[in-house]
Amino acid sequence: MAWQWFHRLGSPKWFYEKTEKWLPWLGLIALLLLVTGSIWGLGFGPSEAKQGNSARIIYIHVPAAILSMAGYYVMAIAGAIGLIWRMKLSFMVMKAAAPIGAILTFLALFTGAVWGKPTWGAWWVWDGRITSMVVLFLLYLGIVALQEAYQNQDTADKISSVLALVGMVNIPIIYKSVDWWYTLHQPATLKLTQKSSIDPSMAYPLIMMILAFYLFYAWVLLRRTRMEILRREQRTSWVQDLVARG
Amino acid sequence: MATCNTQPHPVARQPETRVPILEFKNFICERDGQALFRPLNFSLSPGDLVQISGPNGAGKTTFLRAVCGLFDDWSGELFWQGQATRTPGYEMCSNLLYLGHQPGVKKSLTAAENLHWFFGSHGRAFPGQVSEALAQVGLSGYEDVFCHQMSAGQMRRVALARLYVSSAAIWILDEPFTAIDRAGVRNLETLIQRHTSKGGLVILTTHQPLALDGVRLVELTPQTEMPE
Amino acid sequence: MTQAESLSLRRALLAGLRRELVIAFRHKGDLANPLIFFLMVVVFIPLGISEEPAMLARIAPGVLWVIALLATLLSLDGLFRSDFDDGSLEQLVLSPQPLGYLVLTKVLVHWLVTGVPLTLLAPVLGVMLQLPVEGYLVLVLSLLVGTGSLSLIGSIGAALTVGLRKGGLLLSLVIMPFYVPVLIFGSGAVKNAIQGFAVGAELAVLVAMLLGWLMLAPFAIAGALKISVRA
Repeated sequence: MAWQWFHRLGSPKWFYEKTEKWLPWLGLIALLLLVTGSIWGLGFGPSEAKQGNSARIIYIHVPAAILSMAGYYVMAIAGAIGLIWRMKLSFMVMKAAAPIGAILTFLALFTGAVWGKPTWGAWWVWDGRITSMVVLFLLYLGIVALQEAYQNQDTADKISSVLALVGMVNIPIIYKSVDWWYTLHQPATLKLTQKSSIDPSMAYPLIMMILAFYLFYAWVLLRRTRMEILRREQRTSWVQDLVARG
Repeated sequence: MATCNTQPHPVARQPETRVPILEFKNFICERDGQALFRPLNFSLSPGDLVQISGPNGAGKTTFLRAVCGLFDDWSGELFWQGQATRTPGYEMCSNLLYLGHQPGVKKSLTAAENLHWFFGSHGRAFPGQVSEALAQVGLSGYEDVFCHQMSAGQMRRVALARLYVSSAAIWILDEPFTAIDRAGVRNLETLIQRHTSKGGLVILTTHQPLALDGVRLVELTPQTEMPE
Repeated sequence: MTQAESLSLRRALLAGLRRELVIAFRHKGDLANPLIFFLMVVVFIPLGISEEPAMLARIAPGVLWVIALLATLLSLDGLFRSDFDDGSLEQLVLSPQPLGYLVLTKVLVHWLVTGVPLTLLAPVLGVMLQLPVEGYLVLVLSLLVGTGSLSLIGSIGAALTVGLRKGGLLLSLVIMPFYVPVLIFGSGAVKNAIQGFAVGAELAVLVAMLLGWLMLAPFAIAGALKISVRA
């Protein structure tokens, strides 16, 4: 029974039809949370004592950074599922996830620079976190470039899955190495178990923004996966019916 | 649904040796989500000589590669000695010899070195019959000639020389008669006949007429329907 | 694995090793290229950056490591391509022996003909870049171990791009992120040695990374090669 469900999950058509109904709601909720969190944090939150108003960029920078990391794992696991269970849909999810992750990483780096200039006086500083983000950005670009280079879609999917898996294993090692090398960046302000060293009035909007980013990511990923399904299955009868109906 | 034309095997065989080595059930190769040919259902036993035929583009080469494990996108079932296999295991690979479109011969090595490596990489001791094998394909004296100095036809013959010293039971040959002359064709046909009479199995494709006994024909019929 | 199987695996590995060495030495020109590259870029450093001895001495460890890394990258492109083109690769995939082991012979030979010569050349170039005396031994040790990892990682990249016509630059892009830890600890070891600190930790990490890649790379390489051959 569970196997049957799993097998159905692998059908692009089933996935497309099932997500049709509730996807707009997901998008709406994500948007609401984004707007609320942004206004709360950027508008009404207290200025941070040392860094002033520019610290507000943390409400975009931190969620973007978290999602860019999580997104890599989503992409790599989707690739692994595709490789192991030969599920074409999983490969479609992976392909959809790659550019989103790359853009989020870029956003994190960009907002980091915008935050950095007034705070530390420099647009760019080499430290552990930033270097790791750049390397993550390069990892994403590698995946996207590899997918674009192969004409045969099936080969492109499988090869980039292998790369994503190698990357997934290495990300902790890369991060640790870079971290060992640099000592500048401030320690993590949002610890899960210990008392966080960030003021609660800043923490709540931040958590809301992180949640909003997660939902927004899911919404964008599902939308892009649906587009990928339409693109790849364009020659099948159910897609042609869909297009004919307008 | 199955449309393979198998002619009855005319050469008499002892019944107890006719255990099917390879069996295909509903075997279809796919490309870009489309089936290439109608499902195949047939089995092969020791001593069988099978020619895969069909129009151009029907998927003959793809089918041969799928049997070896060099092509992944197929559905249905493949049985090796009664066990369902998805990718060829140690047993099957040890007993398989594949000759495809590419010769598999390195230009910077000599003919002898290429043959030595080929058998070494399959973990088998080279019997030392290089000269004889090369002579059989019309390349006697070419042991120490670099393959980049040979013509394309000569390189193909170096690849064919493997057949003369291989101990693999199953030969999968994709157009083995290309680029060899009439004497060579006759030599190869004799070799194939000898192999099957010793209980070996040969699956091949060719555009040329075969002067061989007991050839079974398996026809690939192109699939023309769109998938759902 | 039965005794017969392990015997045939050993035979296969030796045959592969012999073949790779023979092929490598039949293309002696190609062997020299990474070394010439190493020398050429070292010449660029005083020209492009500064010829001042104090400055050179400070940047020498990192520069030597970076250029050795780039030289390794450049030598990787054709690792599997000629086998892919002439059909030898599919014969290798058809072998009953595990593909992961078989490709390790290729990587080993690559390291022997690229990594080791680079390592031996590095001290000579170190003199040209005013590398302080304390750094030489550690430079050689770190490069010896590090280039092993670089060859393994690079082979994964070569396997991932073997089916592409112009895979060279993409290969570099794809694997350079994985070179980062090796570079950090390799050049870090040399810098520490120069400053008089202990280098045991860095070298140990380099060895650990090499062992880690020795375990992971065969799977990734074999997987990627099989995918490309089955395209």
